[in-house]
This record gives sequence, C-alpha cells and structure tokens, in this order.
Amino acid sequence: MSYYLDFEKPLEELETKIEELRKLSDGTEIDIASEIKRLEKKAKDLRSEIFSSLTPWQKTLIARHPERPYTLDYIGIIAEDFIELHGDRRFADDPAIVGGVGKINGIPMVIIGHQKGRGTKERIYRNFGQPNPEGYRKALRLMKLAERFKMPVVTFIDTPGAYPGIGAEERGQGEAIATSLMEMSRLKTPIISIVIGEGGSGGALALSVADRLYMLEHSVYSVISPEGCAAILWRKNGELGTEDFSRAADSLKLTAEDLKSFKIIDDIIPEPLGGANREPETTAKKIVEYIFKALEPLQSKSASKLIEERYKKIRKIGSLTQTTQ
Amino acid sequence: MAWFKKTREVKTEKRVKIPEGLWVKCDNCKEIIYKKEIEKNLQVCPKCNYHFRISAAERINFIADEDSFMETAAELSTTDPLNFEDTMPYSERLKENKKRTGISEAAIYGDATINERPVVLAIMDFSFMGGSMGSAVGEKITCAAERALEDKTPLIIVSSSGGARMQEGMFSLMQMAKASSAIAKLKEAGILYIAVLADPTFGGVTASFAMLGDIIIAEPKSLIGFAGPRVIEQTIKQQLPENFQRAEFLLDHGMIDIVVERKELKNTVYKLIQHFMPLSQES
Repeated sequence: MSYYLDFEKPLEELETKIEELRKLSDGTEIDIASEIKRLEKKAKDLRSEIFSSLTPWQKTLIARHPERPYTLDYIGIIAEDFIELHGDRRFADDPAIVGGVGKINGIPMVIIGHQKGRGTKERIYRNFGQPNPEGYRKALRLMKLAERFKMPVVTFIDTPGAYPGIGAEERGQGEAIATSLMEMSRLKTPIISIVIGEGGSGGALALSVADRLYMLEHSVYSVISPEGCAAILWRKNGELGTEDFSRAADSLKLTAEDLKSFKIIDDIIPEPLGGANREPETTAKKIVEYIFKALEPLQSKSASKLIEERYKKIRKIGSLTQTTQ
Repeated sequence: MAWFKKTREVKTEKRVKIPEGLWVKCDNCKEIIYKKEIEKNLQVCPKCNYHFRISAAERINFIADEDSFMETAAELSTTDPLNFEDTMPYSERLKENKKRTGISEAAIYGDATINERPVVLAIMDFSFMGGSMGSAVGEKITCAAERALEDKTPLIIVSSSGGARMQEGMFSLMQMAKASSAIAKLKEAGILYIAVLADPTFGGVTASFAMLGDIIIAEPKSLIGFAGPRVIEQTIKQQLPENFQRAEFLLDHGMIDIVVERKELKNTVYKLIQHFMPLSQES
C-alpha cells in the first residue's frame, strides 16, 4: 500500500479501485481490462492535474513524504561498491548524516548526505534527520579526504534542520556548521549538492556550499520551516493550522522554481509524475545525469580557479540597493 | 462564596513603578539602579555585572578611539526580494526600524583605530529587527572582511543577533555562506579576525562568522547559542541547565577563548592585535 498525502486522496480512491479490479480479473475479460485501462488513464490525468498545480505547502509535504527516497536509497541505486565511513574522530558517529566512498559511472566519489529514517525505530535512530555537531564534523572529515585524494564530492540535502538539543549546544552546533561553511568554500575539489527533500535552514546549508547546487523538482529549501515562520508571525492568534502553514510557505518562496528564479540554485532536476517516491530509479538516473553535467566543466579547472569561481558565485547572492534616505 | 476564594488566589505581583528616565531596572538582577550610574559604568549593572544590550553607536565609543570610526556603505540597504508581508509589509518594517534606530541596517562597518592601531570594525545592532542578518548585513560583514584583507588590517566583528532574517528567506540563509567564505580568505592570508559576542548571539550568526574568530571573546553573561532556549526546551521537553548558553557556559565547554568585561574589551583587543600582528619598527 502506498502512502497518500491529503491532496492525493482522490487519486487513492481511483487507484484502490484499479487494484481491486485487477484482483477480480485474470486479464481475460475484455470488459474489465478496458475498464482498468480507462481508469488508469483517468488516474494519470488526475495525477498530472494535481502535480502541475502544487502549492508551496503541498510541495513541502511531498518533500517530507515518508516514502520519498532518502540519501542511502539513492546511494544504493547510483553508487557502485559504496563503503560507508563513520565517525568524526572527536566524539561520536552521527547517524543523521551518512557518508562514504563509491563509484558513480565508474568514477570514485565521496558521497555525503543527511539521512532520515523509515518507521518509528529507525526514525529515532536517525534523529529524524537532524544532525548533531559530530555529523557536520564527520562530513567535513570526509570532504577533506576527498580533497586529498582528488575526488569530487556529492552531497544530498534532506533535513528539517540541525538538532536543537543541550548536547548539540555544548559541543558547538554553531561552530560545527560555521566551520563547514568556511571549509567548503575553500575545498580544492568539485562539490555538487542536490536538495532531495527538505532543505532546512543552517543545518542544510552546512552541506551545500557547492560549485553547483541543484534541487529536485518537488524539494524545498528555506531559511525557516513554514510552521516555524507561522509560529513567529501568528502564534498570538491561537492554534495554527494548515492555512497558516500554507500562507507561510507561500511567503517564504521555498520552491525549486522560486530559488532558480532568484539564481540561488543552478538548476531543477525533474521528477517523475507523482514525485520521486513513485519511481526512485528514474529519479536516481536523472540525478546521475545532472552530476555529470556539472562535473565535466568543473573537473578541468585548476583548484585555484575552482575556488575563486565558487567564491564569486556565493559572493554575489544578495538583494541590495543603495538608499540615501 | 466561591468568588471570595478566587480573589485570594490571584497573585498580586508587587509592581515597582519606575519613573521614566531616571532609574533603570536591571534585566538580570532586577535591582533598581540610578541610570547615570549605569551610564558611567559603560552600561553595565554595578550590582550584578550584567552587560546591558547597547546600540552599535554606543559600542563604537567603548571599543574604538574617539572619533576614529569612519562608516562605509552606510546607505547600503536591502530590497524586499520576497515581497514579504507579515503583520506589516517588510518594506514598511524596514522604514519603521530605520526611523526608530537612526541606522539603515542591523550592522555598521568601517575603518577605526584602537589605541591608534588601524582596524576594520563591524558592529551589529540588536535594536534593528533583532540584529537579524539579511542581504545588507551579510554584504556589510563580507565587505568588512574583504577590506581587512585588502588593507592587511585586523578585523573585529561585534555580534549581537537573533540569526538569519526570515523576511528575506533564502537570501538571508545564503549570507551565512557568503560571510564565512570571506572569513576563510582572511584566514588563508594570516589576517587576524577577533570575534566579539555580545548578548544575544544566535542562529545563523552563531553558525557562521561569529564562531569563526581566530580569537572569540564574549561579554559576561551573554546568551550565545545556535538554537534558542525556548526551541530547545520545546524539543527535548526538559528544563535547561542553569547558566545554559551563557558566555561562562560556552567558556566551560571550550567554545570561546575569553570572557571579557566591557571596560576591558578595548585593551584586550589591542593587546591581542599587538601580539598577533605586531607593527614592524621601521614602518
């Protein structure tokens, strides 16, 4: 059984019906077969209708879809001989960030990403994809490894944010993120980042200072979650609901389309109809395509040129004016 | 009779009326103190040593030589890229803050001298939209770092901020990367960057340039952290330890170098500069 989001409910009805019909028939009755065909077409039309007019809040929900492929799912599909590497060599291994080495299309790369869990037990184990400082320190250790061995770095972004906890503060959550931003900006090897789900604020940014930053079509990237934003703005008005979150999501301009128009990301990686969770393999293939599209021009650059261009790319982000008022 | 009982249960908090202007209640020890006394004491409570939040303009006087600060890019301001509107349009909010504080953004930067030693100085102002960092603040911090690099002059940034500014969305978030990238260049060039953290320093500012100082100094009792205490409390559903996220707590956990009182700040910064980047005799 697939998991359907609220706005996908009409689809659920149709697809359950199709499923039932399939079970009834053995494929020989012409009537049922044609009915199935008709309903399938209807479902497809309905799906493209729903997915062609998604609101930013609906995209946020898709980005957090419990069946959406996570970092290790993509690694499982695209990386050959992947070996996960653990620990920050300082304190612990953070399961909310995974990283390791593997070959993509025959080229060895360091692959790192936020990791959410599936099912209650794994979700807790992965801390709902919210890293502690040691996660960022592990990530940086692996990036430095990539630099020394001249391997490209690919990062997958998918977190609600860095974990707000006592231990995280004691061990320097702010310092860990800050150092990651600083070191990534000078890393002497190509970095390609892809937002695959939720890009939650500083905890997401800490892995996405890159030469190329892409977003999957239905992923989101924001300075604050719509819930957090709504709470700050409208908490005084009492209980908050979907309508408030929806309004906040609209205001924050957190979709891939918005961020491409702002030139904050480089490109949008299209998803199959109905979202990445419908066809993880197809999505993974597309991701590989974009990784190589990015890598080709980057690999021929000298380290100093690479860093200088990365600096310029980040340096120019801002929306500024000179006022004399 | 029920209503009788109820009235008795109502807590009547004893309110001390403070005449406007003359007396100030300390945010920390709640003592009522003569305002002039606090002013004379660099806006520090003489009873409990709490360092009051002060404006960027006031801070300049406590850290730089008199009249030495020359502000750069004072007119730099953000546009409203998201057309953000909450209880009022963001553009209106900016105007209102400019009018109230007399500065154009939550940070100022420029050249200054400390005991006649030239420095680049950037100071954040919490009274301007909670010191939040949007495009303009990010640009000013970045420019300050680039200027320090160009002039081979030490950089001092005094932070006081709630974090990234929500109203500019991802533009704000990316300022963290921008400022950190500029600081990275300073480090490679061997230019000293002293980060001073004042109450409060949080979120995207902590998680970028504030924690990247070669030397990190904090004012006594300042609240400093990544996540705000309320968010943490709501997440973990536990009471926070005493002194949590205070400067002294960070010092205990190895996150900052020194806690320095406001009256000692200028001299401490000066001494550090002289140690790390001594001026050669002939120049």
